[in-house]
Amino acid sequence: MTLDFIIDAIVTVIGVTTPILLAATGELIVEKSGVLNLGVEGMMLVGAVTGFAVTLNSGDALGDWAPWVGVVAAAVAGAASSMLFAFLVLTLASNHVATGLALAIFGIGLSSLVGAGYVGMVIPPFNQVFPDWLATDPIGRVVFGYSPLVYFALIMVFAVGWFMNRTRAGLILRAVGENDISAHSIGYPVIAIRYAAVAFGGALAGIGGSYFSMVITPMWAEQMTAGRGWIALALVVFSGWRAGRLLVGAYFFGILMTLELYAKASGYSFLPSQFWAAMPYIMAVAVLAVMSARGVTGSEAPACLGRPFMPNS
Amino acid sequence: MRIRLEKRLTPSRFMLVATPVASVLLTMLLGAIIFELLGFDGLDAIYQTFITPIVAPYKWVDVLTKAAPLIIIALGLSLGNQAKIWNIGAEGQYVIGALTGAGVAFALPDKPAFIAIPVMIAAGILGGMAWAAVPALLKTRFHVSEVLSTLMLVYVAMQVLNYLIGGPWKDPNGHNFPQTPPFTPAQTLPNVIPGTVVPPGFVVAIALTLIFWLLQARSVYGFSVRTVGAAPSAARYGGFDASRTVWSTLMISGGMAGLAGILEAMSQLGQINLGFPSGYGFTAIIVSFLGRLHPIGVFLAGLILAVTYVGGQVAQTVVHVPEATAGIFQATMLFFILASDILVRYRLRIVRDAPRAAGAGAPA
Repeated sequence: MTLDFIIDAIVTVIGVTTPILLAATGELIVEKSGVLNLGVEGMMLVGAVTGFAVTLNSGDALGDWAPWVGVVAAAVAGAASSMLFAFLVLTLASNHVATGLALAIFGIGLSSLVGAGYVGMVIPPFNQVFPDWLATDPIGRVVFGYSPLVYFALIMVFAVGWFMNRTRAGLILRAVGENDISAHSIGYPVIAIRYAAVAFGGALAGIGGSYFSMVITPMWAEQMTAGRGWIALALVVFSGWRAGRLLVGAYFFGILMTLELYAKASGYSFLPSQFWAAMPYIMAVAVLAVMSARGVTGSEAPACLGRPFMPNS
Repeated sequence: MRIRLEKRLTPSRFMLVATPVASVLLTMLLGAIIFELLGFDGLDAIYQTFITPIVAPYKWVDVLTKAAPLIIIALGLSLGNQAKIWNIGAEGQYVIGALTGAGVAFALPDKPAFIAIPVMIAAGILGGMAWAAVPALLKTRFHVSEVLSTLMLVYVAMQVLNYLIGGPWKDPNGHNFPQTPPFTPAQTLPNVIPGTVVPPGFVVAIALTLIFWLLQARSVYGFSVRTVGAAPSAARYGGFDASRTVWSTLMISGGMAGLAGILEAMSQLGQINLGFPSGYGFTAIIVSFLGRLHPIGVFLAGLILAVTYVGGQVAQTVVHVPEATAGIFQATMLFFILASDILVRYRLRIVRDAPRAAGAGAPA
């Protein structure tokens, strides 16, 4: 094994991890507020198609700034689609599981509808922000050779961990998720806080989705997130609702997905390639079983997770 | 003046029936407006999607064919949903059911129809049950949320399918396409009602609708499932075992999905190929909610969703709307039905804002 190979592998792992890390970080805040939004896959796809379309259409006018605007648009689109879910679940007290699924199905359909006209087009990939002498250096690229979204994802995990554990607002967010009735009775606006949390989750899912259409393969394809939104949901359970473990878990899944890529690329594998493709999902189930069996997650899930809340009744 | 919500003591029966109908009508209205804004002929798009499949007799077989798997899967899911056991991986159980049934067919190539058909169907049901047994075991043993585990296994099932049809079960005469060899005539379902084109799966769907209606409305088991969902502690006090409910609902819904899978493979495709997983398992979730978890409702909702599938294709060719349209209609319907749930459980009351002094004396 050469150094080049190891560096390649590290760069790949960090690349494939970023979208699920972004989406899971957003969902962590959502679930901490007591809301279970299963629509991550849909929000990611809406973000992916929006980011791509905006970047493509504003390329002439904005030049180098187009992808930045595209990412912001992806965040806005992800948040906007999450508001559909939020209105039903928070204002109309509908079932979290079913409404989240509806959002997933809706996002898949809407992104295909909007994206139909963009199939086959390509944009310049939104990569490397650091100057070439840093980013293409054989070793330096491990640190400097990524898309800005990679750094953004890492910053967000730490920011969310700090927010939840070290700020007053984070404490209130957790209180709302642990006991909505008490939080309501001492005057915290439970519903408003949950709206904000869902919007934040939608924005990060949208950005995570845009990573597929703007960085990994800078084009649009139907359902290009290929189930990674569901992996992000499993990741939140895996993390025991803690930011630090979320980061570790994300890279664990990232390594599994990289193994799949390498097994396919090398063409040499003692197991069929489908086995590697199924691996992240098999491991997600296995990990959920191990974590839950040790009693780690059961006690750490926000007590009000997925429970409809109706203040005035 | 403002609107106040009052909790109903019992769900409104009128709203239970009226809201799904309203959801379908609102979806049509919204769809017409959106298509008009997108530059299509909105009214024509809606007419082709929702009405053409009903008024054009040559589309009826298509509708019944699509309705059969939706109804069969949704009947099973509705039972679980009543107990708040969320099996959202029916698509995976559908695929595995078809594969196990096909596996039996390839293992027993020369058996006559009266042996091959029942054995394949039984294998399909067992395959779906086995795939659903994993989440059931994980839930009852390790408290793993079935929402995520059932869904993860959909992706695993897809890879099992890809592996089998591209590897061990690949058709040697299939021009290198990833597909299984065709079933023999003895392994294919005949039309049950001679002289008509009613698809055999639809006949099964009718029979199962009646069976599930008896099970839900007239059996202690149906009552226990509802109680576990509505009042878990009361159910425990009443002696209804929660983990037995998890097992039984997941086995029934998994078995139904597997049955739908093998019926589809035996009657429609005659083989299994890459296009086999067509999303019925996910759409059936919508059918279950649109049918208000009631077997008769599920039956009607399955027909409606089948109409949108068939009509979506019509609208694609006639009005040139994109293919993804049907999915958006289906999701919109689910949004409306979930949003209207509040009308079933709450009463809207318009109250005049009383003067402050008078209001203070009123009980909160």
